[in-house]
Amino acid sequence: MTATLLNRRTLIASGGSFVVFGGTGLFAPARAKGPDPTRSMRGGSNNYRPGAPIVERIGGGGFWMSGTVRRAGDGAPLAGQRIQIWAHTTEGHERDWHSHGATLTDSNGVFRLEMPQIVPAFGQPHGHLAYDSGDFKTVFLRPVMRSSTDTSLEAHFVLQPA
Amino acid sequence: MGRVRAVLIWAALATVLAVPILAAAASPLLAWRDPVYIGAGFAGIVAMAILLLQPLFARGSLPGLAAPRGRRVHRWTGGALVAAVVLHVAGLWITSPPDVIDALLFVSPTPFSYLGVIAMWALFATALLATLRRPLRLRPRSWRIGHTSLGAVIVTGSVIHALLIEGTMEVMSKAVLCGLVVVVTVRVMADLLGWRRHRAR
Repeated sequence: MTATLLNRRTLIASGGSFVVFGGTGLFAPARAKGPDPTRSMRGGSNNYRPGAPIVERIGGGGFWMSGTVRRAGDGAPLAGQRIQIWAHTTEGHERDWHSHGATLTDSNGVFRLEMPQIVPAFGQPHGHLAYDSGDFKTVFLRPVMRSSTDTSLEAHFVLQPA
Repeated sequence: MGRVRAVLIWAALATVLAVPILAAAASPLLAWRDPVYIGAGFAGIVAMAILLLQPLFARGSLPGLAAPRGRRVHRWTGGALVAAVVLHVAGLWITSPPDVIDALLFVSPTPFSYLGVIAMWALFATALLATLRRPLRLRPRSWRIGHTSLGAVIVTGSVIHALLIEGTMEVMSKAVLCGLVVVVTVRVMADLLGWRRHRAR
């Protein structure tokens, strides 16, 4: 009546299944957790100019930068948040003041700002966005366009309290 | 016959070097860049063109520039290559200092920046090694191994750097130039390091 709890065969089988399934996260406990805070991207703050004004649109427009701003943890949309946007466009370099502008999120936490067409600069067609108002931790994003002929670009923020 | 051959070789080389530069000069991106940024870009293209010439000069492969003369020219164009890279980086720095600082510190979001910076340091090291060759009394074999290894780093880094960039260079002409740089470099290195037996010429 010897009951071997752990022999070589069961060890291999259980160990193997642990390796296969344990790593997948399939059996991770369900968590009532919302989205994680967005982390700043490398190079996101390059050519940032603090305090760019809120504008109807940047320059002549023709290109749309849009996205959402939500709160970390519960994912609630954040209204009235100021998002600053800049890029190298057909109307100026990133460093130029007139390439910068800001806009506010609506009641759904959505922002949308028209700006001149973004063109490739420093090797990639990309834009820059900043949340820098201080109520939440500052975040700098640097999304890259799938193609330089795209006429819109999205970036999404999940903010955590400062 | 030899003369016709020489003319053809030089004409082919001139075409291979001129086409990417002319194609870049027709890039629509130029309209939205200031002169300093445009100059920086072209300094990079010229550097890539010199990179194709360097092994040919070193090997003495070009008509009229056989062994000792080719080597002498190789030294001068090597200096020009350093100058072109310095202008490239300086122009980019003036255009957008934070992007260049990120690249130099290896914290840039773009992988091609790292490769460009690695190639740049390998180039500077090569130039330093070349100036110190006599004072340090480097043995020919050590010199050759050091110089060609650094050359391999320069070529690999520069070619991938250029290919990954979406810039003023036209895609096809860029790919052809980069491909030629790699092929010529590998061939000449194989010859000079004795991987391949010299054919009777």
